[in-house]
Amino acid sequence: MKLETISPVHDYLRIHKKFPTVWCSGCGIGSVMHAIIRAIHELEINKNSVALVSGIGCSSRMPIYLDFNTLHTTHGRALPFATGIKMVRPDMKVIVVSGDGDALAIGGNHFIHACRRNIDISLILINNYIYGMTGGQVSPTTPLESYAHTAPYGNIDPSFDAVKLATAAGATYVARGTNYHIVQTSKLIKKSLEHKGFSMVEVISQCPVLYGRLNNMKLPTTMLEWQRDHGVNIKAWDKLPEEKRAGKFPIGEFLDDTSRPEYTDSYYKMSKEVREEAANGEE
Amino acid sequence: MPNKNEIKGTPAFIQGNEAVVEAALAAGCSFFGGYPITPSSEIAEGCAEKLPLVGGVYIQLEDEIASMASIIGASLAGAKSMTATSGPGFSLMQENLGFAYIAEVPCVIINVMRGGPSTGLPTKLSQSDVMQARFGTHGDYTPIVIAPSNVQEVYDLTIHAFNCSEMFNTPVVVLLDELLGHMREKIIIPDEQDIYIQNRRYPSVPPEFYKPHDITPDLVSEFVAYGEGYRHNITGLTHDEQGFPTSKPAEVQKMLKKLRRKIHAHRKEIIQYDEDFMDDALYAVISYGSSARAAMSAVRMARARGIRVGLLKLKTLWPFPGKRVHQIASEVKGIVVAEMNMGQMIREVDRYAMGQCKVKGALRYDGLVIEPDEIYEKIVELRTKK
Amino acid sequence: MARNNGVTRNGKAFLEDRYEIRLSGSGGQGMITAGVILAEAISVGDNKNAVHTQSYGPEARGGMARCDVVVSSNEIYFPEATELDLLLALTQESVDAYTHLLKPGGVLIVDSDFVKHKPDREYIEVPFVETTREKLGATIATNVVCLGFIAQHTKIVTKKSLESVLVERFPTKFEASNLKAIKLGYDLAKLIATNGNISGQLEESLETEIDRL
Repeated sequence: MKLETISPVHDYLRIHKKFPTVWCSGCGIGSVMHAIIRAIHELEINKNSVALVSGIGCSSRMPIYLDFNTLHTTHGRALPFATGIKMVRPDMKVIVVSGDGDALAIGGNHFIHACRRNIDISLILINNYIYGMTGGQVSPTTPLESYAHTAPYGNIDPSFDAVKLATAAGATYVARGTNYHIVQTSKLIKKSLEHKGFSMVEVISQCPVLYGRLNNMKLPTTMLEWQRDHGVNIKAWDKLPEEKRAGKFPIGEFLDDTSRPEYTDSYYKMSKEVREEAANGEE
Repeated sequence: MPNKNEIKGTPAFIQGNEAVVEAALAAGCSFFGGYPITPSSEIAEGCAEKLPLVGGVYIQLEDEIASMASIIGASLAGAKSMTATSGPGFSLMQENLGFAYIAEVPCVIINVMRGGPSTGLPTKLSQSDVMQARFGTHGDYTPIVIAPSNVQEVYDLTIHAFNCSEMFNTPVVVLLDELLGHMREKIIIPDEQDIYIQNRRYPSVPPEFYKPHDITPDLVSEFVAYGEGYRHNITGLTHDEQGFPTSKPAEVQKMLKKLRRKIHAHRKEIIQYDEDFMDDALYAVISYGSSARAAMSAVRMARARGIRVGLLKLKTLWPFPGKRVHQIASEVKGIVVAEMNMGQMIREVDRYAMGQCKVKGALRYDGLVIEPDEIYEKIVELRTKK
Repeated sequence: MARNNGVTRNGKAFLEDRYEIRLSGSGGQGMITAGVILAEAISVGDNKNAVHTQSYGPEARGGMARCDVVVSSNEIYFPEATELDLLLALTQESVDAYTHLLKPGGVLIVDSDFVKHKPDREYIEVPFVETTREKLGATIATNVVCLGFIAQHTKIVTKKSLESVLVERFPTKFEASNLKAIKLGYDLAKLIATNGNISGQLEESLETEIDRL
């Protein structure tokens, strides 16, 4: 049986070119890739009009495996590369896949400014709480007191909340899912792709080989169970008393604002107006 | 040098920085991504005003790292793109400049040089980024770097920069300096039909056979923008001809050799320089950019006093016209290299002179323009001192 | 900078008819713009060569402002002005800063009202700012009046070229007042040429004549 006929997902993979992936067994990135493909498939977006851009890291290897217009850039810089593509081709669906270190540490400045512009790019931020590609160093989302190879005595660095950061910086669609709640996550990604404006979906993912091993969760299943037990649906979260929130995090949709102008719209509207004015002036 | 009045076109009295904008538009540039920095800001301002009027894109990014990233993204999406900066911004751009070299992305970077290191001398002039433009980003690569010395050349060579960039799928750096950026001179803007415009080569094969880094007989790959149905991959990792990461030694070496050879094989099309009084010269001055203007005066001073000295004015700094310099060194008794830094291009001249003649620097690095008699004195010194 | 025996500094002896002009005053007096107009008129209008350079940077905003125009009928290689043939200085500060750069026999033109400590060399004084205010109702066009004066005094540029740059570079609403300002500059220069008001206080009779302009 040909591989392509197994699942519609296979139509979106560069199966004969680049597989197997670099990801370790038990890694959560593959599930997120699957969720992204499902979302695109359900929305019936033409593969030719999708640009998938990434930076550096485990999750940033994703574009290499997918059959879109793909761009694998430098560490943290995926968003400004994607901004260049989107400005020139506002008709294309531009998606950025990034990790916690890529988007929130080295790419933190680009992250907040992409939010501020509200440019129509979908950022899928795969958060596994650690630098995987480089071998398990502490990241800006590593929880306090967790262990990493550069936090051998427990992490003392406070962490970023990507959802709050994106909301405060001006993103207009903000959501969070987990790999355990993958069906919901795929729906959130689908909504983010439909949204006009800057959208950010954070996906809590597992790195059993590094983060898990260093923090008593060696098995991928243990990590998925952790996600199940700590990810609380936003509606339930709102009713949850403060003392029960400790260590947990809300998941679901936090913001869906369509009132603010989208950046490429604003730009091309301005450009059209000044060209018309110039043309009228010449008459 | 052709007489300006003989070139057909429209006269304009403009700044070097303004000439960059005019030339970029004429070359078909439709995307500018940048970040404000003295003394290059007039280029961003000009693009902000003019690009929307032609349906192009101007965007101010959060920093120069993002600026460089955005012009690469724009180029991959099909636009001819450009950014402009000065030393500190050029340092930040090195990271993604390296990406453009390895991923073979056409784009143009204007660096209006000022004094350094670091914040240095924001409003004064210098030519101290010559080696940074050659070796600034990590790894092995072969850049094209261009240095005009008057406003007409700023216009002509900016178009040349776009053409080289499009022809060879590579970033091209244009080095101006503060004096040239802000100086106003009359130039002739050629009529549209007289301007040679090079565009990237569209693939001659269907998507399933397309290789973005194909090693063709002339070493230049075909280039297709995103969204045209080719769905290719571009990466900053060492890659194979298909654009997929590889670390196989043979493929790594093949790719690196291609990056160098595609420039070297075409250096005759890329390299430009002017010669003045070189026919019977016993001494030579080698210079570029604003320094070359003082050098021209110095050469005339020396000639008027009976010293047989000529000038080699470099318009392309990299690739370096080493063959010609080697030949000159075999014909003259001494060479003066005039530049506004502590001695950068003089190393390269020395390397190609190979001890055939004396090589002396007329160097200035206090933020002011090098003056003709500083260069003249060095010519006299060459003649008198053993 | 050392001078070479028999060779004028920077080789200007070999650069036929090189003429270096510096226009200086305080920020907001339009000196830079005046330089651009002058250089454009010379190079585009009169088909000679002219290069315009300016001091640049934070110090150029407010405080002193200056620009240089180098003129020649030959190609101009070295673009900076280092030995001035003409210095226009509208403020005391600029007189103090740049007079020493004038070459022997160079022309110094100052504003009589704003330059109180007279330089110890030959100079021409003209009440540019005050006359512009009186005759044109505002001081905004002082720079254009100065240009008219320099044009008449030096013949470095034709009136036709100056006027056409003024007409092309500025909105139509300024056309009439700019042309008036140019004429005022020319008239002032003619008056001073006939009255010989060099290095001295303005004669009362001259003031009366200015009033009649």
